[in-house]
Amino acid sequence: MKDIVLCLFATAGFDKAAQGLTGVAQRLAAESGGQVYAILLGSGAQAIAAEIAPFVQTVLLGDQAELAEYQPELCLDLLVQICAKLQPRAILLSSDTYSQELAPRLAHRLAGSAVGDGIALTVNDGALRITRQVYGGKAQAVIELKRTPAVAWLRGNSFAPATAAAVSGEIKPIAETPKADLRSRIVERKREDTGELRLEDARVIVAGGRGVGGPDPFKTELRPLADLLGAQLAATRAACDAGWVSANWQVGQTGKHVAPDLYLAVGLSGASQHLAGISEAKNVAAINTDPEANIFKHCQFGIVGDFRKVVPLLRQKLEALSK
Amino acid sequence: MNILVCMKQIIDPEVPVRDFRIDPVKRQAERGSANLVPNIFCENALETALKLRDLIGSSKITVLSYGAATAEESLRKALAMKADAAALVVNDGNPNPDPLTVARVLAAAAQKLGGFDLILLGREAGDWGSGQTGGLLAEELGLPCIAFADNVAAVDGKLRVRRQTEWGWELSEAVPPIVITITNCEANVPRLPKVRDVMMSYRQPLTKWTVDDLGIDAAAARAGDAYYEVTELSIPQKESVCDFVTGETLDEQVEMLARRLTAITGAL
Repeated sequence: MKDIVLCLFATAGFDKAAQGLTGVAQRLAAESGGQVYAILLGSGAQAIAAEIAPFVQTVLLGDQAELAEYQPELCLDLLVQICAKLQPRAILLSSDTYSQELAPRLAHRLAGSAVGDGIALTVNDGALRITRQVYGGKAQAVIELKRTPAVAWLRGNSFAPATAAAVSGEIKPIAETPKADLRSRIVERKREDTGELRLEDARVIVAGGRGVGGPDPFKTELRPLADLLGAQLAATRAACDAGWVSANWQVGQTGKHVAPDLYLAVGLSGASQHLAGISEAKNVAAINTDPEANIFKHCQFGIVGDFRKVVPLLRQKLEALSK
Repeated sequence: MNILVCMKQIIDPEVPVRDFRIDPVKRQAERGSANLVPNIFCENALETALKLRDLIGSSKITVLSYGAATAEESLRKALAMKADAAALVVNDGNPNPDPLTVARVLAAAAQKLGGFDLILLGREAGDWGSGQTGGLLAEELGLPCIAFADNVAAVDGKLRVRRQTEWGWELSEAVPPIVITITNCEANVPRLPKVRDVMMSYRQPLTKWTVDDLGIDAAAARAGDAYYEVTELSIPQKESVCDFVTGETLDEQVEMLARRLTAITGAL
């Protein structure tokens, strides 16, 4: 029980988070003297296989027809079959929707323990300890997993990537056949972010909160501002629940976790649950009417003012500076 | 349809950061003067059940908690929102049991309460936020599970469940019984109970058990740490001092803001 399994769903590609995850797997395997098996699921797994092979010993490819699109019960059964055979010490996943959905159930079926949203990982007397934010981002806890395998889904952006091995890993198709479960099946999927960069990959973000007051200023003020800054738009939970913008725009503890070079917070107070989604941002700036707003305790620079006055003027200045 | 909504009562997560305190020895937050409230995602789940009942009629909604005796208040609120029945398994052991412990207690209580077609939970709790209780409960009951749902409809005895993903949504067709975890959306903001209904809710029956009543390993349940254990709790010191832009006029201040922003974006 020395090997490490890492599982990636092809939808995200071999992105920065996946690279960090691979780094953890590699270091953990070195610590226990085991190997890393990378299970890749979904159409597009083939492309990732080539990118990840230099960093692991074996790549198990699951891009067969019935695995092309994610089905929770099917993918879970397959992962259980593979891991029951490999008997790994730990199974690592990313923080995407599918991983979060399956990880606890995978742990249960293998009589192991799971924990999620890890930002740091250590080994203590053979047991895995994972650090994660709790209390809506206000505190930090270290959780020790008591059963094996240890299943952890991690914020890959918080970890260093792997180093290339001398020999590239072997790529093999998955031999196991997943058992179909007709009790629950995904029958329709809809992408609502066509043409836009993923918020998780955006380098500049302009985010609006309750203070924006409605859907229109997102379109008339924040969108043109974002265009001038080369930014993606995002929002707080309050703005999404009010129906002002799409739910996909939500950044925070239960929304997107972003890591931009610049995060400009407009009309948002900076509730800890929102800040939990921007802990990896390099620079945070804010426009808010309240000098005591919590956001100002978590930004590098900002302005106390009404965005309705500040943003039009800011757009003029940015246009002038670009000439 | 027989619907079970599992709910957790937590310390109000809207407590401002400056008032938030923890006990590093007990490894939990200090309540201080904060209120205890139902977890918002659990209320989103209850609202989902209520809306489903509004849609299909002839359904019974039961709410269930595993928590301290104070959790009764949150269950009474659920009754005031027109849930039909409520049950509380009083936790007299580890106040922060691991998610498998919670799942085992909820599974046993659910079986004792009778058969359910649909079991709803919030996607995670606003305090510890493990995000695992729903999935583990599904496994304990041998049921399929859909996570992060924001819409549940019933058509011809089947459930049509929409759930959010990073890039949009997915729609599933499911045959009951099933466990579904709920995330927030515009349509499941919880309704406000009438004050009169909250008062009346205290006249309704509320089943109370302890882990001894459930036919499970009570000692393990009270210990609540065989799956995982919190070894450390701390508040990271990470505050920065905001460099507010200066200038006598708004124009000067915004000019400075523009320059500071482009200093970063220009270098990308």
